[in-house]
Amino acid sequence: MNVVILSLALWSLTTALPEEKALLTEPPLVPPAITRTTPARVKVELEVIEKVMQLADGVDYTFWTFGGTVPGRFIRVREGDTVEFWLENHPNNKLPHNIDLHAVTGPGGGAASTFTAPGHKSRFTFQALNPGLYIYHCATAPVGMHIANGMYGMIYVQPRTPLPKVDREYYVVQGDFYTDADFGQKGLQPFSMKRAIDERPSYVVFNGSAMSLVGDRALKAKVGETVRLFVGNGGPNLVSSFHVIGEIFDHVYPEGGSKAQDNVQTTLIPAGGSAIVEFKLNTDGTYILVDHSIFRTFNKGSLGMLKVEGPGRKDIYSGKELDDVYLGDESVATSIKATPATTPLSGIKPDGKALFLANCSMCHQAEGQGVPGAFPPLAKSDYLANISNKKRGDLVEFVLRGKTGKVVVNGNEYNGVMTPVAGLDDEKLATVLTWVSNAWGNSAPAFTTDEVKKLREALPEVKATPNGHE
Amino acid sequence: MRALRLLTLLVPAFAFAGEVVTLPGGRFAPLFGLDVGQSAFPVGTFRLDVRPVSRAEFAAFLEGNPAWRKGKAPKTLVDERYLATFTPAKHPAGPVTQVSYFAARAYCAAKGGRLPSTLEWEYAAAADETRRDASREADFAQRILDWYGQPNREGDLEQPGSPRNVYGLEALHGLVWEWTDDFNAVFVSGDNRQDGDTNPKFMCGSGATGSARREDYAAFMRYALRSSLTPRSTLPRLGFRCAYEVNP
Repeated sequence: MNVVILSLALWSLTTALPEEKALLTEPPLVPPAITRTTPARVKVELEVIEKVMQLADGVDYTFWTFGGTVPGRFIRVREGDTVEFWLENHPNNKLPHNIDLHAVTGPGGGAASTFTAPGHKSRFTFQALNPGLYIYHCATAPVGMHIANGMYGMIYVQPRTPLPKVDREYYVVQGDFYTDADFGQKGLQPFSMKRAIDERPSYVVFNGSAMSLVGDRALKAKVGETVRLFVGNGGPNLVSSFHVIGEIFDHVYPEGGSKAQDNVQTTLIPAGGSAIVEFKLNTDGTYILVDHSIFRTFNKGSLGMLKVEGPGRKDIYSGKELDDVYLGDESVATSIKATPATTPLSGIKPDGKALFLANCSMCHQAEGQGVPGAFPPLAKSDYLANISNKKRGDLVEFVLRGKTGKVVVNGNEYNGVMTPVAGLDDEKLATVLTWVSNAWGNSAPAFTTDEVKKLREALPEVKATPNGHE
Repeated sequence: MRALRLLTLLVPAFAFAGEVVTLPGGRFAPLFGLDVGQSAFPVGTFRLDVRPVSRAEFAAFLEGNPAWRKGKAPKTLVDERYLATFTPAKHPAGPVTQVSYFAARAYCAAKGGRLPSTLEWEYAAAADETRRDASREADFAQRILDWYGQPNREGDLEQPGSPRNVYGLEALHGLVWEWTDDFNAVFVSGDNRQDGDTNPKFMCGSGATGSARREDYAAFMRYALRSSLTPRSTLPRLGFRCAYEVNP
């Protein structure tokens, strides 16, 4: 055995390392595990691109990226590899950039060695001494702004003895973004230096967009599989309380290090740090990735989904067991009296869907299906089947003031908190309520701006108005 | 000298003859370079082109100075991208870009001027439409940042479009970066986090401790851009304008 190790060591000293080019992947994908058992000289080429992409539905932002995505391309090398790193700054870019890889041992993590003007490229070489999951980011002045515009990603230095095989690996990085306008304001939103310095983000998102991991783009897995998430936090300011609703992490490698902690609900990920989390999917359903500093999820976009398909395990999670009318709220019970169905109206504006997606779908989901046990459905919802006049007022109140406490929908009890939705004037509120109450087979007379105005004015007074951002 | 005379003959043919204004001297605190206890540098009176040098103006210069044409200019003075997409007929009033430091200097010398110093350029560019030094005003900085936050688009370079500042100067921000004569005298180190270190190699004067205005992100970007250049560099968004002594 010793002879083998000695001869391997000699081999590595006397022979030039085999060369290979690193396969880089866009988020949320991760390059396949490295099966080599000896070091190599790995060439990594990363191109800096400044480009406009969507930060949320209808919200554009000028991102500065490593490879055209936020986070940048995922880099995977093996402990002991020699990495030849090329940074290319596209000629159409305005600014010089560089890269600091936290996996690098050496001054600046490569920053000064990779300082590159637009239309130029730089090279430096480092040895990956320490295994683990590391953030990389731009460190050019003003460094905070470069990071705030999306210049971060991750490099995984796979240990010599790799982690156990899993069925799926994914790449998720949280980041905070700073625009003058609050969450959801449409159009191209410029970077706000003031808000960044004050550490008051308007967006906190996974993978560079409030929409990057929802709907068709949700992470996918099957019942019985094990999943490993390489999770990072680009910052620039916030620390993440990373949590997956409905799952317990079987193993967490806190801060991307080598020792695992077992059975963790929420793991803290510092800005410029990471965590590797692993869990087995024991039953089916949609599991929600959040920053459990939870207003960021409900109001600023830090929500992703993992959709798990396959036979559910009723012994592990029963699903709905009780389907009964709850009589605690007479008004709800009595309002389910049949009234003649009204034909949907011509006044339904297409804007309603956009408003719904921007303001409601984070909880009620893109198809209005809700999340069992957490957020009531709006689609095929008996609560919206026959909307009494009183309930029209309730709906206005829920949206503007929020709703705390029990709600029964389709016989399921929901006991949660709906936060008030900011930024809807009477016209927008009427538009979105009309859309919701007529989408997915729902049917109700349109809400007019006048009606919403009256209902709003009829709301009970509140002593202290919830504070906005300013 | 012959080139100069030839140029003089060509001047009336300039489609967009350069307007020049005189800037009164004053005192100015740039982002970098002040010694401890020093609040500002004196800036002497000088003259400066109202706009960045246009493609038409540079084309006229090439007529009289064929040694600076694309393919003729020595490789030690220009990089591979020198004037790569230069077509004077297209948007002749737009600023010339993809010009190296050496080429910009030669142009200004031929016009009887020079490149402005970084201090002069920053002094001129600190003014907005109503204030001579708006560099500490949040609204001014944010306006400039908004430009840096937009990606480059086709057509951006068609013509200078910014309003005139109090000196009568146009487009110091929002169009192209501009060469300065001592662009590499102050280094923002490639690694922003080291800026707080005193680095005698990079900073003039002992005891210089980084920047005067931590919150002036726009100025940080200009210094960073300049630091990333070599004198041969040519960028698609880097042009220049010339300065002149008051009594040449």
